[in-house]
Amino acid sequence: MKIHEFQAKKLFDDAGIAVLENVVATTADEAAVAYGQLGGEIAVVKAQVHAGGRGKGTILECPEQHGVQLVRSADEARTAAANMLGNRLQTIQTGEEGSVVNQVLVEAGCNIARELYLGIVLDRGNKLPVLMCSTEGGVEIEKVAEETPELIHKEHFDPHFGLQPFQVRKICKQLGITGSSVRSAVKFMTSLCALYVKLDCSLMEINPLVVTADGELVALDAKVNFDSNAMYRHPAIAELRDIGEEEPAEVRASEAGLSFIKLDGNIACLVNGAGLAMSTMDIIKLHGGEPANFLDVGGGANTQQVTEAFRIILSDPNVKAVLVNIFGGIARCTTIANAVVEASREVGFSVPLVVRLEGTEVEEGRKILEESDVELITATDLTDAAEKVVAAVG
Amino acid sequence: MSILINKNTKVICQGITGKSGGFHTIGCRDYGTQLVGGVTPGKGGETFEGLPVFDTVKESVDATGANATMIFVPAAFTADAILEAVDAGIEVIAAITEGVPVLDMVRVYETVRASGATLIGPNCPGLITPGECKIGIMPGYIHNPGKVGIMSRSGTLTYEAVWQTSNRGFGQSTCVGLGGDPIVGTSFIDLLKLYEADDQTEAIMMIGEIGGTAEEEAAEYVREHVSKPVAAFIAGKTAPPGKRMGHAGAIISGGKGTASEKVKALEAAGIEVAQSPADMGEAVERAIANKA
Repeated sequence: MKIHEFQAKKLFDDAGIAVLENVVATTADEAAVAYGQLGGEIAVVKAQVHAGGRGKGTILECPEQHGVQLVRSADEARTAAANMLGNRLQTIQTGEEGSVVNQVLVEAGCNIARELYLGIVLDRGNKLPVLMCSTEGGVEIEKVAEETPELIHKEHFDPHFGLQPFQVRKICKQLGITGSSVRSAVKFMTSLCALYVKLDCSLMEINPLVVTADGELVALDAKVNFDSNAMYRHPAIAELRDIGEEEPAEVRASEAGLSFIKLDGNIACLVNGAGLAMSTMDIIKLHGGEPANFLDVGGGANTQQVTEAFRIILSDPNVKAVLVNIFGGIARCTTIANAVVEASREVGFSVPLVVRLEGTEVEEGRKILEESDVELITATDLTDAAEKVVAAVG
Repeated sequence: MSILINKNTKVICQGITGKSGGFHTIGCRDYGTQLVGGVTPGKGGETFEGLPVFDTVKESVDATGANATMIFVPAAFTADAILEAVDAGIEVIAAITEGVPVLDMVRVYETVRASGATLIGPNCPGLITPGECKIGIMPGYIHNPGKVGIMSRSGTLTYEAVWQTSNRGFGQSTCVGLGGDPIVGTSFIDLLKLYEADDQTEAIMMIGEIGGTAEEEAAEYVREHVSKPVAAFIAGKTAPPGKRMGHAGAIISGGKGTASEKVKALEAAGIEVAQSPADMGEAVERAIANKA
């Protein structure tokens, strides 16, 4: 689960992690007032969307406006906010349609001495979270990792003990942080790692992390993702979710207990199991087709859920054919067959439907389909199914 | 022989009185597994389908001699259930439960490893030695006793591989679903060691997917330490970066964990890679022919 920068900075501030003074604005006038409240000569107006790359991104309705704007007066703050609010910001991460900006963050300026990079992720190999720092602040970490991996300094930490001060001192040596800034770094980094554990985060990224002219470390940006599986024990965090930032069909699917991801192709698929669902996409592509989605109906899905799954995939206007691929384990072929009949009756299949059933209750499932009046193409195995659905699209 | 479990394995179910736990306890017993009891805190002394229910794993082990468990408790209690099984001296722990917070697994991982117990999962279908012992949710009837060891990060895709190898008359020695989470108790390498040492296993099928580097590490291990034929398949060639494909662990992040990187590493280690999921059985056949 992702949250906005302003929400992440509030969490940081509450945990004693240094951020710059800031105000959230939802109208241009509020942004102008916020500039006055902050009281400095310069301030920064930042569009609040989940996607990264905001500084280089542009507002689709106002192409000369980027997603991050330095302002020197209340009027400039008002203009920048007016350009952003209610409009769509397109960045390298949003796709062509962009993301609607509903809030801007107006933040005080600061005297920057150095820009660093800081990230915390789970290291799957070592089975521990890892703190990563680099002197290359403001640059994409993937680029640094690719070109100059020696500039990334890593320290693993155990969630029981947290990051230790000596580990921060090691990182400081490598980053060239000296003097009183070391104390600031110890507080900043140990508090951040503690927050990562406390809130069940899956990612924290501060890019850039700034060392001010006074030698203090401050989070200039803040990106925080959470482990969705742990949100049951963080109800206040779960409320920070912004459904407007998510793909509507994916939200609808998750409400029905389905795992769905929209893609750009024209062959919809409905599969049980994540691995088989991915493989079904792969085999469609292998035979020259393009999958329209990833969809795992899971093992325990009932007829209503599977029918809802059909509604979701058929609501995509790009879809020209549907492939149902089921290897019944816990999921029964009869459940799927009944859902096919139900969906046909309720929404109707206006596009060709290819069905491949195998596994638990397969004979009964095939019989239900044969005896129904649903028009479908039967496939005997994976290859047969892929060939038939690709041929159906033409 | 087989690996990890056989006809002598005595199995309990943690969460036996729950809907899934109960359903699959019956399924495993009907398959022929020695199901000896179950655990549900607060329901000790009751019976479930004629099986004794205990309050603690310790009591169940003392009373039945159980040495394996399958865990169906809710995600919030799974870490506790795993540690309880370790504490009671259980040797093989299959955590079927999906949705366990990843930091819970970080917290228990080292404890489990240090104990010497084998944890399969979480978020997995379990494991099966065909004709002898089934611990988990897989459909038993598609399996046949035989010579292919199958290990996988996916559930239904494993069934597909089992089906294809059964249809070719190979059968399986032991099939293990490792689980789809970022941190699971047992790796491909752990199982490669066991399959290599197992007389019944004559070939190995590895089913990986996008995310992490477990397949690359396994490829390196195969190159140096495995003499038996190995075939593999990687799911997710068409998966877009940055999106979790159902499994919490199936995600390409920061440009890492792509299917093409994995296939490259596997092929470089001399592993026979199936290009299509329909080609897994045939890839095993090719791997065996290559080594002959």
